[in-house]
Amino acid sequence: MTLDRRSFLKLLAAGAGAAGLPMIGRAAEIMPKKGRRVIVIGGGYGGSIAAKYIRMMDKTIEVVLIEKNKQYISCPFSNHLLAGYIKDLSSLTIGYDKLAANHGITMVYDEVTAIDPAAKTVTTKGGNIAYDKLVVSPGVDFRTEEIEGYDAKTEELMPHAWKAGPQTILLRKQLEAMQDGGTVVLTAPLAPFRCPPGPYERVAMVADYLKKNKPKSKVILLDANPDIVSKPTLFRKGWEMYPGLIEYRKAAKVTAVNNQAMSVMVEGIDEVKGDVISVVPAQRATALMAGAGLIGEDKKWCPVNATTFESTLHKDVYVVGDSSSAGAMPKSGYSANSEAKVCATNIVAAMNGKEQVEMSGINTCYSFLSHDEAISVAGIYTVKEGKIVGVPNSGGISKLDYSDAKLEAKYANSWLKNILTEMST
Amino acid sequence: MKKKWSGLALAAGALAFSATAFAAPPSAEMLANACAGCHGTNGGSAGDTMPSLASQSASSIVESMLKFKSGERSSTIMGRLAKGYSDEQIKAMGGFFAKQKLHVTQQVTDKAKVAQATKIQEKSCGRCHLDEGKDGKDDTPVMASQWLPYLQIQMDLYTSGHRKMPDKMAEKVKELSKQDLDALMHFYAAQK
Ligand SMILES: Cc1cc2nc3c(=O)[nH]c(=O)nc-3n(C[C@H](O)[C@H](O)[C@H](O)COP(=O)(O)OP(=O)(O)OC[C@H]3O[C@@H](n4cnc5c(N)ncnc54)[C@H](O)[C@@H]3O)c2cc1C
Ligand code: HEC
Ligand code: HEC
Repeated sequence: MTLDRRSFLKLLAAGAGAAGLPMIGRAAEIMPKKGRRVIVIGGGYGGSIAAKYIRMMDKTIEVVLIEKNKQYISCPFSNHLLAGYIKDLSSLTIGYDKLAANHGITMVYDEVTAIDPAAKTVTTKGGNIAYDKLVVSPGVDFRTEEIEGYDAKTEELMPHAWKAGPQTILLRKQLEAMQDGGTVVLTAPLAPFRCPPGPYERVAMVADYLKKNKPKSKVILLDANPDIVSKPTLFRKGWEMYPGLIEYRKAAKVTAVNNQAMSVMVEGIDEVKGDVISVVPAQRATALMAGAGLIGEDKKWCPVNATTFESTLHKDVYVVGDSSSAGAMPKSGYSANSEAKVCATNIVAAMNGKEQVEMSGINTCYSFLSHDEAISVAGIYTVKEGKIVGVPNSGGISKLDYSDAKLEAKYANSWLKNILTEMST
Repeated sequence: MKKKWSGLALAAGALAFSATAFAAPPSAEMLANACAGCHGTNGGSAGDTMPSLASQSASSIVESMLKFKSGERSSTIMGRLAKGYSDEQIKAMGGFFAKQKLHVTQQVTDKAKVAQATKIQEKSCGRCHLDEGKDGKDDTPVMASQWLPYLQIQMDLYTSGHRKMPDKMAEKVKELSKQDLDALMHFYAAQK
């Protein structure tokens, strides 16, 4: 079954009419709960997988997946648009029809505006829906208020492109419009942020575009961190493919932006101008999570039980993906996928009165340095003393001599194909 | 409001923590599901350079993983991953994937090459790659219906010396031309 907002509102009106209830004051309950129900909020790397695996493991549990968009655009590989390796985002776009049909997931295309963990309901624009257990994987919000001068216009003038879609296309268009000899300024916020290798891959993608199209130009990466956060040795080596095109500045946090001057302020003192600028603000769990009281003492992320991903702040609410504080697991699509499966396993176990199962997770991030060369980082995760930690003496990064880079690019393409197929079928 | 939550938080935290204390060790499914982000749901790969693990023989998966772990089989990434698992856990995953339905790939193979390879495969490969590659025994993997690009990559790694071939297989492979070997890869990929 699929409900969009319009049929939702119809259903709502019908329900209200039958019960003769006034619609003012509180949102009506829609889709009354009959059996056991799990609601999943967010159909991205985490949520789609949680919904699917719960249904794969137990067909008697109803799963309602609430997602605000009818199509999902993958951040992984979206940097490829900047380089021109892909011409549009169609290969990164998936829908939910097959996923819903194959697994009997009820799709609701609507935005969740509130979660009430005490009443065990979520509020969408269309009304309230009750749950027995709730999984939330809504991604991230930007801490734009930490950057002086950042307003609604900044996002258009200096697109972050840290959520794939119109922002990515806008940034590409700005690169295309730039004169040769121009300066592109990219920024990376303080860790932890979504996709630790992302900014360093992006600088290579932009450099490749410049090398082929605007060789007198350059790209500057202003990194708030003391050094490259992920695969530093490999990225430094990879960037050598673009001599003279890349300028890397560490410990260079952007503290202010100037829309009129098209410039950013580094550490409050050093003004850097750009012809094209992409400002990626620091991040935190979304406003929805804040409203539901799911954010922890750090005021940024959602603390969870390391075995089940159940919130430590509210019972029966589980948080996976970028919004969660998952110990050693980085904020990546692969992590979100792996976390969602761990969470699904333990939700199904709990709902059937079975023993919880210890988590075992994987993360892998492939990063491209050119059209046909990629590097990777891999980790295997377990729980120790209530915390998610890497399994000792395992995981790590690609060979430092780049001898596997061509082969890894081939495998990386299949990784994307497989993980998007997992999410959409 | 704030106070109420923090009280609840403590209670929920305590509850969640006690649940962890009684968690069972990771099941085969828990371990194997984490591999699916690369190898596809239940090991059925949709990406043509990534091997399907679904219905691969358990012993061959275990042997590959142990060889990845020790470095005896070269790899881009599996060596790093295999080191994260005990031999017991590897066995559990091998069993899990072996039980999954054969993932029949929709791929284009060259009919003429498949025909050309039929005889060669009987003579040179069939002794170990039983039943036209549909059967796997010990460390010999099932190759039927495996992705062609994956098989081609592996054959390239073998012939270029990047992946160590079993001695007896090397003797047979040495006798064959590049064209023969390519035809053989089409043959195995085409088996259903
Ligand atoms: C440039 C870039 C490159 C990247 N490359 C990689 C990579 O190569 N490999 C990798 O593993 N990771 C990569 N990542 C990271 C990856 O994209 C994220 O870690 C991943 O998307 C996190 O999954 P999630 O489920 O937490 O959030 P998302 O995938 O963002 O999904 C959240 C979903 O929730 C929906 N949603 C949010 N709020 C609501 C609401 N209130 N109501 C209804 N729906 C809602 C959103 O519409 C969205 O569909 C990259 C990220 C970027 C920015
Ligand atoms: C990051 C992606 C990735 C993940 C995660 C991953 N694999 Fe692999 N796997 C590969 C690649 C790539 C190869 C080819 C060898 C290489 O270069 O590493 C491979 C090869 C294999 C092979 C050899 C298959 C054959 O027929 O030759 C086995 C077995 C295997 N993987 C098992 C696993 C298991 C079990 C897991 C989970 C613990 C896993 N893989 C997780 C990418 C991955
Ligand atoms: C003596 C037994 C033997 C013979 C003969 C043999 N093989 Fe193999 N083959 C193996 C074993 C064992 C493996 C896996 C071992 C390894 O590489 O670690 C294997 C692996 C392979 C693989 C890699 C598959 C994968 O999933 O990674 C290919 C491809 C292959 N063989 C092709 C052939 C071809 C083609 C022939 C005939 C020319 C042949 N083999 C003959 C034993 C044999």
